[in-house]
Amino acid sequence: MNGKVSTDRTVSVHHLTRVEGHGNIHLDAKNGEIKRLEWEVPEAPRFFEAMLKGQHYSDVAHISSRICGICSIGHTLTSLKATESAFGIPVSEQTTALRRLAINGENMQSHVLHIGYLAAPDFFGVGSVFPLIGSKHNDTVIKIIKLHRLANEMSDLVCGRTVHPINMVPGGFTEYPSRKKLEDLLLRLPDAQDTLKEIAAAIKEISGAILDFSRETEYVALSTKGDYALYDGELTSSDTGVHDGDYLDFVEEYFVPQSTAKYSRHARESLMVGALARFNINGNSLNAAGMKMANFMDLKLPCHNPFMNTVAQMAEVAHNIEDCIVQVRTLLEKGVERETLPRIIPKAGRGVGVVEVPRGILIHDYTYDDVGRCKKANLIIPTNQNHGNIQKDMESLVPTILDRPEKEIELLLEMLVRAYDPCISCSTHYLDVRFV
Amino acid sequence: MSEKSKPRVAIFDFASCEGCELQIANIEEEIIDLVNLVEVVSFREVMKEHSDDYDIAIIEGSIVRPMDVESLKVIRKNAKILIALGACACIGGVNRLRNRFTKEELFNEVYGKTGFGDNPLFDVLDETKPVDGIVPVDYYIPGCPIDRNEFKRVILALCEGKKPELPGYPVCVECKKNENVCVFEKGQFCLGPVTRAGCDAICPSHGNSCEGCRGLIYEPSNECVKEVLSRYGLDYEEMTRRRNMFNCCGREDQ
Repeated sequence: MNGKVSTDRTVSVHHLTRVEGHGNIHLDAKNGEIKRLEWEVPEAPRFFEAMLKGQHYSDVAHISSRICGICSIGHTLTSLKATESAFGIPVSEQTTALRRLAINGENMQSHVLHIGYLAAPDFFGVGSVFPLIGSKHNDTVIKIIKLHRLANEMSDLVCGRTVHPINMVPGGFTEYPSRKKLEDLLLRLPDAQDTLKEIAAAIKEISGAILDFSRETEYVALSTKGDYALYDGELTSSDTGVHDGDYLDFVEEYFVPQSTAKYSRHARESLMVGALARFNINGNSLNAAGMKMANFMDLKLPCHNPFMNTVAQMAEVAHNIEDCIVQVRTLLEKGVERETLPRIIPKAGRGVGVVEVPRGILIHDYTYDDVGRCKKANLIIPTNQNHGNIQKDMESLVPTILDRPEKEIELLLEMLVRAYDPCISCSTHYLDVRFV
Repeated sequence: MSEKSKPRVAIFDFASCEGCELQIANIEEEIIDLVNLVEVVSFREVMKEHSDDYDIAIIEGSIVRPMDVESLKVIRKNAKILIALGACACIGGVNRLRNRFTKEELFNEVYGKTGFGDNPLFDVLDETKPVDGIVPVDYYIPGCPIDRNEFKRVILALCEGKKPELPGYPVCVECKKNENVCVFEKGQFCLGPVTRAGCDAICPSHGNSCEGCRGLIYEPSNECVKEVLSRYGLDYEEMTRRRNMFNCCGREDQ
């Protein structure tokens, strides 16, 4: 640019870093006019819907867990709910409580990973968390790791393993956390809340790095009366309210003309799922700790700044920790009992499971034959639902920052995509690939 | 150890869930010790910087497309030591389940009738392959996901100039050591007798059966396995079907 003011800008980010999976950003502007602006996803196809075909119901959750290492607990739970719904398998109160604990653990793990390891380096002006080790921010790094460890150890305790859980099967659990270990966990949880506050304070001090940008969109999340819905709820839109029919009538997947892109939409041209969407739909149902964190980080209802998704995740982590304290106390009061798994009689039919996982609404839809083999699987992944919104945000953001230097535009576009915490490796469908 | 003698490490991912890379992050505080022993020069999932000058390349994921074959060959050329990380890279893992179908069947199942023309992103190989199906691999860190302790052991051994070795015995050995009730005794199938140990029999120890994610050291057709199955009245066909989750052979397994 040689310091000369020009409105020609070219940004090309090949394989965006610090996100799960592979995505590219292209911007080409001439004389202030945007010629090309693309969020492109070149992830290798894995064909999970085909991989599940012919599989026995007892293996389906363990295979579909492998869609994503980061949210493998969420995939497992969604898969189990779909299978349980297809065969009418009952689930006990204790199983639901343990599953809620599992989903809280995964939400914390995934959010802390994103806030601390993927997003924070931008706030601190470094390329990764590594240069922060031994720097003046070392203390914050150690706190992030400590919180990440707690989330993982909780998932290890409930699920047998934090990545690709072992204990969760259709109808219940194969192994249970001991009383002693639940008591140890209960002692550590209040301390985790303090650790989170200290991390939040360190990030707030430098959070001038969060861009003041706003674009209202349709926010979609599960909702349920009196609770911040994660494990269960009804599909709910900020535009149209609660939807109680089949999800297939709600989400419209479509291809963009002259491209192979698959987008999701409902009431308008794009929609957003994930922590910020959940906050916008259910923010008033956050528990006291979640509310306190939202207030501390100046996150207010409604929030139309996608960059604030990372902050919404922080409010959720505080909510998760407090919810875990409630769940663990209840489990300890009632005592965790080894339950006999229900006898499962497969039958031909369809079952749908819907869960809020860290990045938004996840749907598994299976059709089984009469001996319990999967005939057809359809999987709707949160990141798929967000790709259209990422593109629309870029189109709205770029004209307002086009006068800035290319490096700054590049960083802001990267930060925008990272704020969504996309999990592109989850791609089972081919995602939003567009060609010019 | 001087700054210069630190091995330069690069981590890459192909078709996978990135859960094995997450397991590296899940080493938590000890990752700081590892980062002090090596110099991480490329790790797209967590760092912006990238360099093609490295000694050790760690590869996660299976190889699905001709374009990935080319990238992998370049990495092999750049690296002195190449490590396959996790089941997808070591044996193909769950990704091999798609090898039961032709390309046409796959696209019809997942994408419907939409044509993708000659778009290279959709140009997939006839079969999904593990890393050593394309280039030679020096060391393997198996499992789905990898075991965090085994990852540490392999990296530490390489830093000390030693050759890391994997257990050559089956999961049953570790399972017995953990004093678990044998899965077959419960009337269920288990791939423990034919699967490489090193996971501390984590699945049978949590009330499940071994699914063979660390790769097979014996074929399930092995006489001892047949004997075990017949003793418990279990079906041999069912055993081979269970093998498919991570060790699918191809179209004959459809």
